[in-house]
Amino acid sequence: MKIVVLVKQVPDSGAERNLRSDDNTVDRGSANNVINEMDEYAIEEALSIQEKHGGEVVVLTMGPSGATESIRKALSMGPDSAVHVADDALHGSCAVATSKVLAAAIGQLDADLIICGAESTDGRVQVMPHMIAERLGIAALTGARKLTVDGSTLTIERQTEEGYEVVTASTPAVVSVWDTINEPRYPSFKGIMAAKKKPLETKSLADLGVDASEVGFDGATSTVVEHSKRPPRQAGNKVADSGDGGVQLVQYLSSEKFV
Amino acid sequence: MAEVLVVVEASQAGVKKVTLELLTIARELGEPSAVVLGGPGAAAAMSDKLGEYGAQKIYAAESEEIDGHLVAPKATVLANLVTSVSPAAVLLASSQEGKEIAARLAVKLDNGILTDAVGLDADGTATQVVFAGQTIVKSKVTKGIPLVTIRPNSVTPTPAAASPAVENLTVELTDKDKLAQVVNRVAEQKGSRPELTEASIVVSGGRGVGSGDNFKLVEELADLMGAAVGASRAAVDSGFYPHQFQVGQTGKTVSPQLYVALGISGAIQHRAGMQTSKTIVAVNKDEEAPIFELTDFGVVGDLFKVVPQAVEEIRKRKG
Repeated sequence: MKIVVLVKQVPDSGAERNLRSDDNTVDRGSANNVINEMDEYAIEEALSIQEKHGGEVVVLTMGPSGATESIRKALSMGPDSAVHVADDALHGSCAVATSKVLAAAIGQLDADLIICGAESTDGRVQVMPHMIAERLGIAALTGARKLTVDGSTLTIERQTEEGYEVVTASTPAVVSVWDTINEPRYPSFKGIMAAKKKPLETKSLADLGVDASEVGFDGATSTVVEHSKRPPRQAGNKVADSGDGGVQLVQYLSSEKFV
Repeated sequence: MAEVLVVVEASQAGVKKVTLELLTIARELGEPSAVVLGGPGAAAAMSDKLGEYGAQKIYAAESEEIDGHLVAPKATVLANLVTSVSPAAVLLASSQEGKEIAARLAVKLDNGILTDAVGLDADGTATQVVFAGQTIVKSKVTKGIPLVTIRPNSVTPTPAAASPAVENLTVELTDKDKLAQVVNRVAEQKGSRPELTEASIVVSGGRGVGSGDNFKLVEELADLMGAAVGASRAAVDSGFYPHQFQVGQTGKTVSPQLYVALGISGAIQHRAGMQTSKTIVAVNKDEEAPIFELTDFGVVGDLFKVVPQAVEEIRKRKG
């Protein structure tokens, strides 16, 4: 089974993040850029399937040249190789265009299974798995907290508000995973050393047969008009409990008509 | 006036509150038409409620095949409807399913998409709050019609009585729409608490709650206030509470009238999911906890003393 794992490099969600003032895109220059956390669970899931069923795991990233660092980090966990779609024309791409590029890259890889994180910590848009599946005409099993592979049959437990749904499809398919699905491994020293020598192929838009006019700012289907910092909340009253903290809390809630 | 399509979300209890919020927003943009995509009989059960909140028309696509598969059939039916009626906008809830239907629709129609809007102007400009609640973004679809998913609790739903006629849509699907089959639905939610993202009040517990058993205290306060129960990532990772109740960067984003944080330190990952709550109160034994930077009222103290006392006080006031 050939598994492609989608990995996105994002600004660290634990630090302050910004949009650029010149073109309203994510400010990567001032950020600490890391692997999107949820993608580590996708990599782990791919590796554990490979351990049980054999096959090959390929990391696929679309992003600026600096994303190579995150790709090597991903490879250090154990995948066999990586494809990096990088092209200056991609800067400013919307989700619709991004899905076109990723679908083209996946098409060239002839994957049986595409695994990705349920969402990225920067955009939190959650649309990519279904957009890619729609373009490729294959199934999307999204929001998995459990994935079972039996030959060419995939079954997931899809987390819902009320509980979960059991959803099944045949390969090829896209599966997106939540962070409840597994516990990602830490790269070993050996893994980190090996990652430096693993094949990493860079592909341009021309390599994928996608026209530059369909992506980036030219091909964008939506635009950021303006952005601003949200004013920080003003901290209110803070009392130390001296035996009547509960009563004081209820008094406050009552004054605000919540009780 | 131009027609605005609102995709209806429902639970066992009927039309979800977020749908009524969408109808309220849609009335500012044009004439709302509700679109029901579900199993047989779905629309009839909801038409009164949808009319009460201003739906001028109800499109009903009802089929076992819609109910029996993940979102692809819904997107196909919706795409056909959009093509035939050329609406001024399409609004969906910013739920997992709402975003997924919108995702497929955007690709089918080569149309822009905006997700997680907390407001929508009459000209289609959406307001989004991103980066853990720290940045406000105004954005627009520039190709096609505004296709926007809107977060629950973004507006207060207001009634505007209408008497919608129901128009049945034919459900024509291809094999490609039926690739992901739902073979079972399992309910895990206990009791009758409001849904986390829709609740007006959310009471959440964190690492400080200490154990799954102790979460009974969080639940007790929540039930007394008619609130949903949430949990921080630390509490979920420690196995105190199930993941679907997690609030934060890798969980749900909530925006209730009142958020009560119990034993939650307020790491940025948590703040990402609750920062837009209207009022925030917290109980934490660490007076330096970052959660207190956000609170309108905070109690520095032992939650195992403060919360039971608060519960008792609320009971007393309720008589």
